[in-house]
Amino acid sequence: MSLALSEEQELLRNTAREFVAEHSPVKALRRLRDEKDPVGFDRALWTEMAELGWAGILLPEEYGGSGLGYAELGIVLEECGRTLTATPLVSTSLLGGNAVLLDGNETLKKEILPAVAKGERILALALEETSHHAPYAIATRAEATANGYRVTGKKTFVLDGHVADHLVVVARTAGKSGDRDGLTLLLVPKGARGLSVTRTIMVDGRNAANVTLDGVDVDKSAVLGGAGRGADLLDKVLDRATIGLAAEMLGTLAEAFERTITYLKERKQFGVPIGSFQALKHRAANMFVEVELARSIVLDALRAIDENRPDVSQLASIAKARVSDAIHLVGNEAVQMFGGIGVTDEEEIGLFLKRARVAELTLGDAAHHRARFARLNAF
Amino acid sequence: MENLDAFRAEVGKWLEDNCPPSMRKPLGPDEDINWGGRTKKYENPEEKLWLDRMAARGFTTPTWPKEYGGGGLSNAQARVLAEEMRRLHCRPALVSFGITMLGPVLLQYGNDAQKKEHLPKIVKGEIRWCQGYSEPGAGSDLAGLQTRAEDKGDHYLVNGQKIWTSYANYADWIFCLVRTDTNAPKHEGISFLLFDMTSPGVSVAPIKLISGTSPFCQTFFQDVKVPKANLVGKVNAGWTIAKALLQHEREMIGGMGFGMGGTGGGGALEQLAKEYCGADNGRVADPVIRDQVAQHAMDQRCFLTTLRRSAEESKAGQGPGAASSMFKLYGTELNKRRYELLVKVLGSQALGWEGEGFNTRELGTTREWLRSKGNSIEGGTSEVQLNIIAKRVLGLPD
Repeated sequence: MSLALSEEQELLRNTAREFVAEHSPVKALRRLRDEKDPVGFDRALWTEMAELGWAGILLPEEYGGSGLGYAELGIVLEECGRTLTATPLVSTSLLGGNAVLLDGNETLKKEILPAVAKGERILALALEETSHHAPYAIATRAEATANGYRVTGKKTFVLDGHVADHLVVVARTAGKSGDRDGLTLLLVPKGARGLSVTRTIMVDGRNAANVTLDGVDVDKSAVLGGAGRGADLLDKVLDRATIGLAAEMLGTLAEAFERTITYLKERKQFGVPIGSFQALKHRAANMFVEVELARSIVLDALRAIDENRPDVSQLASIAKARVSDAIHLVGNEAVQMFGGIGVTDEEEIGLFLKRARVAELTLGDAAHHRARFARLNAF
Repeated sequence: MENLDAFRAEVGKWLEDNCPPSMRKPLGPDEDINWGGRTKKYENPEEKLWLDRMAARGFTTPTWPKEYGGGGLSNAQARVLAEEMRRLHCRPALVSFGITMLGPVLLQYGNDAQKKEHLPKIVKGEIRWCQGYSEPGAGSDLAGLQTRAEDKGDHYLVNGQKIWTSYANYADWIFCLVRTDTNAPKHEGISFLLFDMTSPGVSVAPIKLISGTSPFCQTFFQDVKVPKANLVGKVNAGWTIAKALLQHEREMIGGMGFGMGGTGGGGALEQLAKEYCGADNGRVADPVIRDQVAQHAMDQRCFLTTLRRSAEESKAGQGPGAASSMFKLYGTELNKRRYELLVKVLGSQALGWEGEGFNTRELGTTREWLRSKGNSIEGGTSEVQLNIIAKRVLGLPD
């Protein structure tokens, strides 16, 4: 598949760009933050996005989805990233939705996926247990009971966890923390006895939650991906969500970069635009190269999923490492180049920096993905 | 759409039938790629045979028009030819600045007589060209060049000095930037001349580099007579041609960084890291080295993917201009990082100069590491490429 956008994809990009510009400019995120919105994203907006087919963009038509691919989802995510639009695309469409779609039983798929496509059901993946992404470092236990499992443990940084209708909980039915074997993914409905969810207010104004499972009972039918073999499903889900997140980050860093270039042309000191100074030109040109490289690898990674290529995991790690480093650089340089106004709450560029750092850490930072890449390549 | 599969099958078969066995092996330590030229000595007759067969089909310059001896292939067919050559391990039959730099600008700016005279000889490897651009006082400020060409009626009289002339000591002809108007603004008094290096008054002196090799020369011109027919384009309008040629040069160097990176050091970096820095359960023991090797592999992959995207977007009529500056910048910086990492990995074994105690690969790494320092200087420094990106792509003001 060509890395150049097709006519249909260009059309989708224009539609998405116009939609977010009109319905969720950066000031929408600011409003959610300032009003301490209890949901953390705009439910009405999410319903509209679902009507455009974006909530279920990846889902087959039999589940009410659009039946499109990652190349298309990537376009929507990139445009959302440009305006820092808060949506459950990562938590619900990519993480939770894929866990159900890729290895759920038919009953679960029919119950959950059409509601996801309509924007009526929010899902979340309860994975992390420490402040760093470590998908196999799971101490949460799922003890077998007569009908299913009893789950006990603590989760953190659960995206959209406080509003999720279902949590996909990564628990351990065997082995010790750090083992790839012995993981089991369990679907836990909100309000389950023993489940408590506390929203955490993050620096980027987006949603996450801490989750405590205190002897939560679930049925056998809640298992996704096979008991003790959950890592196979988890890896697939994480690869796809990581690449999707990278596409969103690409939009964020491209927008921050373009705003910075505009500022360099407008802001005058010593009677000339500051963009005429070579000290800033070279840094801007270096950023341009980093943005271009990030774009190439994200586009290729999205297409690798659509083409079912064997190197999806590698590309997920290359793409996430690349965009994480690029967004780190662009976020910091943008604030510096905006100067004093850049560190004020009034100027929007600071919101890009805050989002940059959270997204960078989400699903593993650059160092994590380089280590993973080395492992995948046996060195 | 053209039928690429049929072409692939035909060209693959032709290569198998026509590429001599010794030309399907990697270069030996004492061998060089075939740069052609009048003084080239063919110790291996198969090297000449391979060149002649490839040139007869125009495959040394696959996309050039057939009327000048080129292959007349589409870009897609040329890619297939390159892929088939890689698959069958065929060496390039000919490498030259005539192919990568002069030919494309002659096709665009040369007159009919110049094209007929020079292009077929480039295709066949009969004439080896060198590039007379930089001068002692005109490096990054190339347009500040001072080599004079005075109008003497039927000829120009050339006086001056060039530097960093790659392989001038082996070249038959030179394409040369000269000043034909000393009063005009500096970009508007430059012309593009071609002349024979055996002309009276031309002399060359190789420059020894930190790597110990001498790929560059100083080139001196004293009252060199150049026929007026050898002026390409209009008089005083040579800067446009000069810039077009620089773009081809940047593309060549940007791509070369990759070619060298693929084999430099004679093995995959991760294998060398295990061998020289220690392995632990089959993995590189030092996590810092491991991280840097991974970073480098990722950089390479992202760069390759960007080259591919640029080609696909330009085919689709999209994409940024001035891409050649980005590729020149990143390709050469990447190659320098590769050699720095190789030296770090090989440790003191990469710091030998000659003699006992080091194998060929180690000594080669030392020399190539030093040679790579020139990559981000030759063909326009990294700083010049950053200037071009800032101006042409980002539109930042002067």
